[in-house]
Amino acid sequence: MRWRDVLSPTTFPSASSAIVLLKPMELISPTDWAKQQVRSVQDYAILAARSIAALFTRPRYLADTTQQADLIGVGSLPIVALTGFFTGGALAQNSADTLKRFGSLSLIGQLVSLGMVRELGPVITGLMAAGRNASGIASELGSMVVTEQIDAMRALGTDPMKKLVTPRVVSTVFMLFFLTIISDALGVAGGAVVSDFLFGVEWHQYWSTAWQILVFQDIFMGLAKPVLFGFIIATIGCYYGLSARGGTQGVGRATTQAMVASSILIIMVDFFVTRLIMTVFGP
Amino acid sequence: MASPPISATQTATISQPSPEITVEFDEVSLAFEEKQLLDRISFRLHHGETKALFGVAGSGKSTILKLALGLLKPDSGTIHVLGEEISSMKEDQLFELRRRVGIVFQESALFDSLTVRENVAFRLLEEGRVSEDEIEERVREALSFVELENTVDLYPAELSGGMRRRVAIARTIITHPEVLLYDSPTGGLDPVTSNTIIELVVKQRDVYQTSSLLVTHRLQDAFTMATHYFDRRENRMQPLPPGTRSRVPMSFMILRDAHIIFDGDLKSLRETRDAYIREYIS
Repeated sequence: MRWRDVLSPTTFPSASSAIVLLKPMELISPTDWAKQQVRSVQDYAILAARSIAALFTRPRYLADTTQQADLIGVGSLPIVALTGFFTGGALAQNSADTLKRFGSLSLIGQLVSLGMVRELGPVITGLMAAGRNASGIASELGSMVVTEQIDAMRALGTDPMKKLVTPRVVSTVFMLFFLTIISDALGVAGGAVVSDFLFGVEWHQYWSTAWQILVFQDIFMGLAKPVLFGFIIATIGCYYGLSARGGTQGVGRATTQAMVASSILIIMVDFFVTRLIMTVFGP
Repeated sequence: MASPPISATQTATISQPSPEITVEFDEVSLAFEEKQLLDRISFRLHHGETKALFGVAGSGKSTILKLALGLLKPDSGTIHVLGEEISSMKEDQLFELRRRVGIVFQESALFDSLTVRENVAFRLLEEGRVSEDEIEERVREALSFVELENTVDLYPAELSGGMRRRVAIARTIITHPEVLLYDSPTGGLDPVTSNTIIELVVKQRDVYQTSSLLVTHRLQDAFTMATHYFDRRENRMQPLPPGTRSRVPMSFMILRDAHIIFDGDLKSLRETRDAYIREYIS
């Protein structure tokens, strides 16, 4: 069953999970496989578009959005803070030896700052949030699908797209933006601690170079990425959750797929966004 | 409740189905992947009538309920519910119609993160048209109907299977739907609990004259419904006196190989000569 069958039967009649289970190990032709992949991308694109379109129509679920922001944002804060801090510290350690060889250890603040703000902060935060939230969203929605709660919601006159998908997308995008800022700051702080205690770089020198090197392009790149990553995490989680079939096993599969797919997409999108922004603003 | 209750005086008061049609399937077909699940089936459900749907697993019984609610769309054919042709309606248009049609899912499908109160009041809370006091009153009324007033603050996981079905019925009837769809409401329950659920279905049929489609694997449930009525004075289900069974608005429909092979009342079912049906009901 695909998510569109779950949410809106007007486009496609559904394949029930019971019927799908009649052919569990059937081999599939390459052509059919390719068609399935194309259809999956198409379904995902429609879900993503509808999640945005639902923002502009009533009803809007502010309470659900706030609740999800708490679950996704506040709940992810400890892991994001820890990974950000230690990533900055590790970056400083790895860079210090190379910089020493060229007598440029004083530049370590610049290197950590640029690395964290432009690249590592958004990506590490995105991957952490994907591991925690894409899988969480997929398992929650998948469980609702296999226990007919999504059908029940539709039967009770509520659009699951507006009630479940859009609040998760909005809250993930919003919270990942701020989580990335926290991760960036703690990463640079981690680099400062390592530079000061292990390599004797003066505290004030580190922070002033770390601050001065940042220009608009760096900040823009660092804050544009989490918006896209948040969107990917939430929509991929919702897509795989709403496509779940086959009982608890299917929910487990959806959970894994959501985490893997969102992580890969984050890395891929990161590459292309970096290239795009560097092309537009210069390196 | 919206519909006037029937008089408590014996079976003579049990109404005959009026000619008004609440659900009509006309040449409806549906296939899942390569399997033809329903092949040009047609039937009608009259106002106040309860139609029990039988068939082996995978014969399309539950699918008929989902089609009647617009949760699925047919490949061909038309479906009319309460005078509206729903097979071409968009999801947004269906939401209003679904206010008048309720469904009780096979496994209850209660929202497990919400309390019983929030589950029962879900539709009213979502619509936001009703005051908090009225919601509370209607939740109590609906839970009282299924005799579960003391469970309002419990979560579905804290209820037994039978209690969950009853809460699902309460959630469905809170908006006084004109058509009720029951998907195996007694499946997996012990005989005593099953009887309690059937009594509630009979109560809904006889007290509020709600039209119903009832999917079940248990023939005895449908036979009980065809041979009993709800006595409001005694507040319990009672056997119909001899000679009055034909007055119960109850019919039977049997599905086989994507077709309807029987659609009629209890008397016709008992008199049928079809070998498959005879074996099925024996």
